[in-house]
Amino acid sequence: MTSVTASPSADTPAPPRRAGGRGAPLSSAALGLLGIVGFLVTWELVVRSGLVEERFLPTASTVLGELRSLAGTSDFWASVRETVTTWAIGLAISAAAGVALGLVIGQSRFLRRATNSTIEFLRPIPSVALIPLASLLYGTSMQSTLLLVLYASFWQVLIQVLYGVGDVDPVASDTARSYGLGWAARVRYLVWPSALPYVMTGLRLGAAVALILTITGELIIGGGGLGTAIALANSGGATAQMYALILMTGFIGVAINLVARLVERRALRWHVSVRREEVA
Amino acid sequence: MRILTRVAYVLGLPVVLVLLWWVLTIDSTNFFVPEPGELAATFVDTWIGPRFREDVLPSVARFTVGTLLAIVLGVAAGLLIGSVRWLRSLLEPMLEFFRALPPPVLVPVLMLLIGVDNRMKVLVIVFGAIWPVLLNTVEGVRAVDPVLVDTARTYGLTRLTRLRTLVLPSAAPQIAAGVRQALSIGLILMVISEMFASSSGLGFTIVVFQRSFAVVEMWSGIVLLGLIGVAVSIVFQACERRVLHWYYGQKEVQHGR
Repeated sequence: MTSVTASPSADTPAPPRRAGGRGAPLSSAALGLLGIVGFLVTWELVVRSGLVEERFLPTASTVLGELRSLAGTSDFWASVRETVTTWAIGLAISAAAGVALGLVIGQSRFLRRATNSTIEFLRPIPSVALIPLASLLYGTSMQSTLLLVLYASFWQVLIQVLYGVGDVDPVASDTARSYGLGWAARVRYLVWPSALPYVMTGLRLGAAVALILTITGELIIGGGGLGTAIALANSGGATAQMYALILMTGFIGVAINLVARLVERRALRWHVSVRREEVA
Repeated sequence: MRILTRVAYVLGLPVVLVLLWWVLTIDSTNFFVPEPGELAATFVDTWIGPRFREDVLPSVARFTVGTLLAIVLGVAAGLLIGSVRWLRSLLEPMLEFFRALPPPVLVPVLMLLIGVDNRMKVLVIVFGAIWPVLLNTVEGVRAVDPVLVDTARTYGLTRLTRLRTLVLPSAAPQIAAGVRQALSIGLILMVISEMFASSSGLGFTIVVFQRSFAVVEMWSGIVLLGLIGVAVSIVFQACERRVLHWYYGQKEVQHGR
């Protein structure tokens, strides 16, 4: 999907950002902070004024206080660890499988054409459809959730790798062949660098989807982790705790997005899109 | 001849896979894996009939209403936020947080706030699916070529005309990418909201099959969800091709070499 952002008129020199200059980043950070504070104050006021009953939505201060006291318990951190572990294992396996299969399928015209219909059919199947199967096969163990995570993020990575391998410059590919580069050398020096921006996009999307499915699996199937904790707090009527746990899943999501962007920038330091951003 | 090879490419692997499945299950008594023929028969028995009207159609209707609302609201809010600089800076961190929040956690929240009814299920879909559309619209509006904006302004185009003829079309490819994500999230939420708290609908029915160990029926439900996913993706691609035909044309020219 990064290909979409590459605007057709890429030949114009780095577009001058309107109204840049005079300490714009500082004021925009301040405004952002103001936005967060404004949101919390609105939340607090909405509940205090009685617009929403407190037993359905506790005040912002109650929820943040609850989160702070939860952060002092080992149960809470065990849940966080479990969620992050499931997420990481799922993403790692599907990334490895997606990249390997993508490189193999993408470079063979025959395989690409033969697998296209099957991939296009399997990819849109929502992985939550597998929830009953997973819980039948693995019960409430971590494997159930892992199965959902794997299915969901594998396609994200595979599709992007296939796009990436398809985007290799044919002239460069022919040149490499004429110079007698072997299969491994071509992958290493030509295909992999050309496909890397797409691989990174796939990993970023896959990471986000993997978290969604991790929480979903834990919420619906059970078996530990933040999702299960949310379900338990919900059925036990511990409303403030439920909201605190939900906030935590959001923080994990933000952290994952930040890390993914950081990794993307580092891995693509040499790439035109990143270099141009830094100049601008 | 060329058509024949194309058909062979499209059908080859699926046929091989189904044959393989059939051969492997022909003698097996594995409880978890049904035979292809058995599954097809159960699929027809289970889903064609009153259950289609009572469980499948309401689910699909909720999904359609929810995602359409999310797309309309997301694009409208995205256009506003994307074109007003201070508003964007003000809201960006909050929007990033809401996007990062895994949407399924909204199910218990909205259940608490609204209760268990159709409204809650539609709202869950709207709340979950709106973020990718909104944030992609903001990004798309930001990336509009500033020279074109200035030109449009110089020529005295009104705000509304600029929006319709310049901003919306140049943000459209980005918006489409967001809509694609929104659709898959909407589908996930449609199923989850019914699995978590409901007494009807597709998600609920499949879970009932699983809990009562009606394995073949459960598989037929999984197949139905898969078919819905595929149908949604086909409809989306057709719409995308229509709306963005100029964009694909441009890309093809660029890649034509």
